[in-house]
Amino acid sequence: MSEPRLVEVRRNVLKQNDVIARALREQFRAAGVFVVSLVSSPGSGKTTFLEKTLTLLQPEYRVAALVGDLATENDAVRLARSKAPVKQITTGTLCHLEAAMVQNALQEWKLQDLDFLFIENVGNLVCPSSYDLGENLRLVLMSVTEGEDKPLKYPTIFNSADVAVITKNELATAVEFDWDAARKSIESVRPGMQIFRLSAKTGEGMDRYLEFLAQRLAENRSVAQT
Amino acid sequence: MHELSIAMGIVEAATEEAQRRGVHVSAVHLRLGALSGVVKDALLFSYEVACQDTPLEGSRLIVEDIPVSVFCPRCKKEQVLASVQSFACPECGVPTMDVRHGKELEVFALEVEDEEEEVRK
Repeated sequence: MSEPRLVEVRRNVLKQNDVIARALREQFRAAGVFVVSLVSSPGSGKTTFLEKTLTLLQPEYRVAALVGDLATENDAVRLARSKAPVKQITTGTLCHLEAAMVQNALQEWKLQDLDFLFIENVGNLVCPSSYDLGENLRLVLMSVTEGEDKPLKYPTIFNSADVAVITKNELATAVEFDWDAARKSIESVRPGMQIFRLSAKTGEGMDRYLEFLAQRLAENRSVAQT
Repeated sequence: MHELSIAMGIVEAATEEAQRRGVHVSAVHLRLGALSGVVKDALLFSYEVACQDTPLEGSRLIVEDIPVSVFCPRCKKEQVLASVQSFACPECGVPTMDVRHGKELEVFALEVEDEEEEVRK
């Protein structure tokens, strides 16, 4: 019998996804489109938030969205009301989007005709954290009804995100939302992360967040040109 | 629960490496970071399922847990975080996002035996 021996291989398990994500990022850069991915738990108001974002950006910017959903096309139908191009990625039983799905879904779109592309991930605060989609900005969304310690319960996804949005602020008083506690939990798992507090329903606070997006788009383009 | 697709990725990577070397794999050593987003128990369970009907069937998955470490700008050294709920230096308390370890999801090594020997047994 041969002696078992140890051979070092050092292979990143997600390498295939990372390679596609890098290619996507380069494609986005060449086309001058700014790509935002959205992660949140189910029911946090992601689709309402995105519908509002698409609607408010449109007079000035060319926008589109990819929507990941387990089984239904309901989200895509809702988002289509914004009149922006929307495409559904039905993941079946898969709990997250992967870079290859984004690549496939984008095949028929001319990216150079867009300013912003939004990718709505499947409602899940665990699985999407491992997968790079080539996005420029990962936005984590939570609502005031979810509890201030949500970031402490899901530190990995909050840590992997670039910016946080706390929505459904119109309900904050009713649910006695503790803004300082929420800010502290976010700061603890992701020091220095910018936080926007808003209501997608009433539109309160949306302007500051939209200005931020516009600024990031401009910065991204000036970097891409040099 | 995305551990099954991760487990399938591990089996695929290990199978490729084994075929290239012409060896049989008896165990896979994985480095798993606390920030990888992968749950160890779910992964161990999924691994068995993912190995079925592959050359790795019957192999073991040995997981090395990698804690999160950050570089502290004040202490000027790498520090292991006490918990992933607090991204601050455990010694001086300065918040930091300069993560040095903890995102690993890597097939680090394989325990192998030669194929020929396998046949002769």
